[in-house]
Amino acid sequence: MKFTLSWLKEHLETDAALDRIVETLTHIGLEVEGVDDPGKKLSGFTIAYVVSAEQHPNADRLRVCMVDTGDGGAPVQVVCGAPNARTGMKSVFSPPGTYIPGKDITIGKGVIRGVESSGMLCSGRELEISEDHDGILDLPAEAPVGTRYAEWAGLSDPVIEINLTPNRPDATGIHGIARDLAAAGLGKLRDAGIPALKGDAACTVPVTLDFAGEDRALCPAFALRLVRGVKNGPSPEWMQKRLRAIGLRPINALVDITNYVTYDRGRPLHVFDAARVKGALTVRHARAGESILALDGKTHALEPGMVVIADENGPESIAGIMGGEHSGCDEATTDVLIESALWSPLNIAQTGRKLGINTDARYRFERGVDPAFTVPGLEIATKLVVDLCGGTPSQVSLTGSVPETERIVDFPVSEVKRLTGLDVPVSEMKAILSALGFWCSGQGPVLKVAVPSFRPDIEGKTDLVEEIVRIVGVDSVPLVPIQRVDEVHKPVLTPLQSRVRQAKRALAVRGLVEAVTWSFVSKKAATLFGGGHPSLALANPIAADLSDMRPSLMPGLVAAAQRNADRGYPDVALFEVGQVFKGDGEKDQRFAAAGLRRGLARATGAGRHWTGSGEADLFDVKGDVMALLATLGVPTGGLQVVAAGQVNPAPDHLHPGRAAILRFGPKDVVGWFGELHPRLVEALGAEGRLQAFEIILDGLPYPKKKPTKVKAKLDLSDLQPVSRDFAFLVDQSVEAETLLKLARGIDKPLTEAVTVFDVYAGKGIEPGKVSIGLNVTLQPREKTLTDAEIEAFSKKLVAEITTRTGATLRG
Amino acid sequence: MSDLTSLEKSLATEIAAAASEDALEAVRVAALGKKGSVSALLATLGSMAPEARKEAGAAINALKDRVTEALAARKAVLKDAALDARLAAERVDVTLPVPDAALETGRIHPISQVLDELTAIFADLGFAVAEGPDVESDDYNFTKLNFPLHHPAREMHDTFFFNPDEKGERKLLRTHTSPVQVRTMLAQKPPIRVICPGRTYRCDSDQTHTPMFHQVEGLVIDKSANLGQLKWVLEEFCKAFFEVPSVKMRFRPSFFPFTEPSMEVDIQCSRKGGEIRFGEGEDWLEILGCGMVHPNVLRNCGLDPDAVQGYAWGMGIDRIAMLKYGMPDLRPFFEADIRWLKHYGFRPLDLPTLAGGLSA
Repeated sequence: MKFTLSWLKEHLETDAALDRIVETLTHIGLEVEGVDDPGKKLSGFTIAYVVSAEQHPNADRLRVCMVDTGDGGAPVQVVCGAPNARTGMKSVFSPPGTYIPGKDITIGKGVIRGVESSGMLCSGRELEISEDHDGILDLPAEAPVGTRYAEWAGLSDPVIEINLTPNRPDATGIHGIARDLAAAGLGKLRDAGIPALKGDAACTVPVTLDFAGEDRALCPAFALRLVRGVKNGPSPEWMQKRLRAIGLRPINALVDITNYVTYDRGRPLHVFDAARVKGALTVRHARAGESILALDGKTHALEPGMVVIADENGPESIAGIMGGEHSGCDEATTDVLIESALWSPLNIAQTGRKLGINTDARYRFERGVDPAFTVPGLEIATKLVVDLCGGTPSQVSLTGSVPETERIVDFPVSEVKRLTGLDVPVSEMKAILSALGFWCSGQGPVLKVAVPSFRPDIEGKTDLVEEIVRIVGVDSVPLVPIQRVDEVHKPVLTPLQSRVRQAKRALAVRGLVEAVTWSFVSKKAATLFGGGHPSLALANPIAADLSDMRPSLMPGLVAAAQRNADRGYPDVALFEVGQVFKGDGEKDQRFAAAGLRRGLARATGAGRHWTGSGEADLFDVKGDVMALLATLGVPTGGLQVVAAGQVNPAPDHLHPGRAAILRFGPKDVVGWFGELHPRLVEALGAEGRLQAFEIILDGLPYPKKKPTKVKAKLDLSDLQPVSRDFAFLVDQSVEAETLLKLARGIDKPLTEAVTVFDVYAGKGIEPGKVSIGLNVTLQPREKTLTDAEIEAFSKKLVAEITTRTGATLRG
Repeated sequence: MSDLTSLEKSLATEIAAAASEDALEAVRVAALGKKGSVSALLATLGSMAPEARKEAGAAINALKDRVTEALAARKAVLKDAALDARLAAERVDVTLPVPDAALETGRIHPISQVLDELTAIFADLGFAVAEGPDVESDDYNFTKLNFPLHHPAREMHDTFFFNPDEKGERKLLRTHTSPVQVRTMLAQKPPIRVICPGRTYRCDSDQTHTPMFHQVEGLVIDKSANLGQLKWVLEEFCKAFFEVPSVKMRFRPSFFPFTEPSMEVDIQCSRKGGEIRFGEGEDWLEILGCGMVHPNVLRNCGLDPDAVQGYAWGMGIDRIAMLKYGMPDLRPFFEADIRWLKHYGFRPLDLPTLAGGLSA
């Protein structure tokens, strides 16, 4: 919503300076988006006289002008390309060093095709005062040479633009804004009263509102007036100036009047050329297949549900949004029909959105114009028509009826203090509400407040609290510290929240870099990870590759790693901790932690290095997973690592021989790690061997709750531990975990640890076999082990492993 | 006796001449070993007369002691020399670089970091952290929050919707974390103090908007919550978060369906050379929206607006991260460009605490 300072002052008697008005507007909720002071911007432009304009010697389209700038000096030479530059004209001159707003340049002295040019003669577009760029401004002979153009042209009227919230239809008119400012103490609202022109006869165009039942709300009231014998032409300069200042293009007096009243009073109107209206006007639903050539020069296809004003020719206007070209007013119009109607805000919003038309009328009707102002608005417009174009008005024809909107709100004055903490005397509350157009009655703790018709946003007592607070000023509300608990704070995070935080730190400590990727991925990517269900497909995705909620963090990470590789950073280690979607229910949203290592991004250091380097492999990501589980304190006693190739059916996304799933039981899978399946990598549009993992954090068990924080008693032995190595030759199909488990089971209380210290296959080892070296540490508790006891243990271990796995002990 | 003297002399020469510990050991064995020269002398004592034995014994034993001492001294010298030689041979180029440690290369995304900062501040004020699903119902995202049935935010061009299910219900991606406020009010009796951080979604994609972003909202419901407290909480938050001794804030009346009165809040700052500084300057920067919870919202969540009252606010986590840490654009937050993440990300153990300071 834009207006000029002088226009505002027509509604507000004030001597407040621009700065104070601007500041107050923002403080009372009419946020000032910008102030444009063209006087300031155009201060370098002066009126000048073209002493002579002659053909440029070297260019057909240029003229060399001698210009009297009125500064008392000799005329200056200016090269000008405007076709209308001629001897004896008056125009607007800018000396070198002037900023030209329409071109966003600062001009300098120059030589154009061999002729010196010291300044510029300007067009309206260069000054950003009109769209006209056919030639330089052609000022009347009486324009005073040397005077600032902006002052002479009356362009030094600052334009204020406010960013209006949707709840304030009353402030879509300058009068309403003035009312708010007056209430805020910035002056007095000028209320000149509404003119009432008597009509000579009834309006001869009948109007039918063709609606039944609930549809009647689409157009509760339709006021119309015929003015005969008008002379339409350009509107007066003062009106054109104001319209231009707020960015509107003057058309002709009749059209300009409707625009003027729209801004002045927030009351949109429409004018029809009565000669082009055939028969009666019917307000009705548009019919399928109908269309209208509207005033924007475009033909709009209409559909049922939209409301039109039609005559025997068909739709003449899109109700409340835009008139039709056919019955529009132009210079030839002699009889004009002025329409002031009420439309359903919702219907206008929907129609406008469907047609893609944004107009000043729609802007106001969809917010809700003042119903009570339907006829007064028409009176104001009629007065302007008669004053500016002459003619004889008919009586007002009102079809339908203006709905009664008055309502009374019970307002306990204590609400202001209760909700804001602000102390406002009741007398001040009443004064504020009255200034805003409310009527207050009652003396007690509960006032009766009548809401004016132009404030549809006021529903209850809280709205009145807001009115008072915004006018008194939110700044005056005193700060009140909230009550702090008088004890040390208890923890506030849930176990899962703590787990998410720890997971991020743990993975970062492993050298992984945290990414945040979109929650939606392509349908293809979602399907590859078991998603892509219709219930998780967006009906209106913003892009085709962001169409489905992600079932896994992996598509985002794979794509991110590939983008980095494409940019020349192939060795990246990324992780993300975030939501994944297994269904559209609340419980189907899970928290996952996933990581991905590409190229040389090993856990021990990324990139090539003199200490040795190589491609990341599954043991890097297995390490990530194990570190993560350890950090989270997940009890891993029951954790099973199952090779992807042994899972039935084998997971499509994993390399069958170089990846594994993690589970606590056949139905309790909590994640996976290893190399991604090459087919999956290709399907995701990536390349290279990718090592990755993903764990569902809320699927992991929590440590058992204990009554106290006391840790289990530390049981240390004074006796020396004994360490023995065993090397077994086994089939490659035998997993190390099998050997470890058997070794650990020989004498559980005695066995402190079993580790794999060597794995070897190759020269000296039979093909298909592998040598696995186990180190067993025994920790005696009561007495030192004898050689015989150690020997017995070793024998038992070898026997168990060889019989159970077919292994042989290497000599 | 002269035999002894000459033997000692010759032994001393041999000891001094021994160039290695092995050579020295040979000397020792030749002198003090079972068949050594000194041992041989000692063996002669048994055949001597007592008087002579006493005299000779003392002399031989003294000789043995001196030889032992000389051997030990020489051994120490040789050991030192050997060590020096070894050390001299063991030189490496200490300027060779080591691989970057994982602790140096790992990074925490600014959104996670700022979330931890927010949690630290609001936990201190007694706020819990509430979360909810991203896939929401229309009821929780709009209706319960007092959005009129045909509010433009409910249109397909503003909000991401899913296709209607068999019951005709159409789920959506939450456009703010306010549904978490609704869930909290429905699940918990006042007093309530929560912050609700999370991902939010709107059909918007240009230079300054992304279809997904992060919001944190706050909600306080009790019997005394008022606008003055809201102002205090937000001012304390801004000081703590931006780590400045004072901030100047401007509360502008505004409009949201779910609060009444509603305000937008600007924070005063200076902008010099593209750098924003708070606590100084003349510019205003909008950072959040807030207000008293609308009575209809309280009613919709089973609370009596005449018995309890509350306030709420919401702001962009990405936005306040940009303001505090100076990222110029929003889009790179979600592009996972390793260069951006390394630069704007935080080190793994940069843990924001009130005791140690939010940022290092």
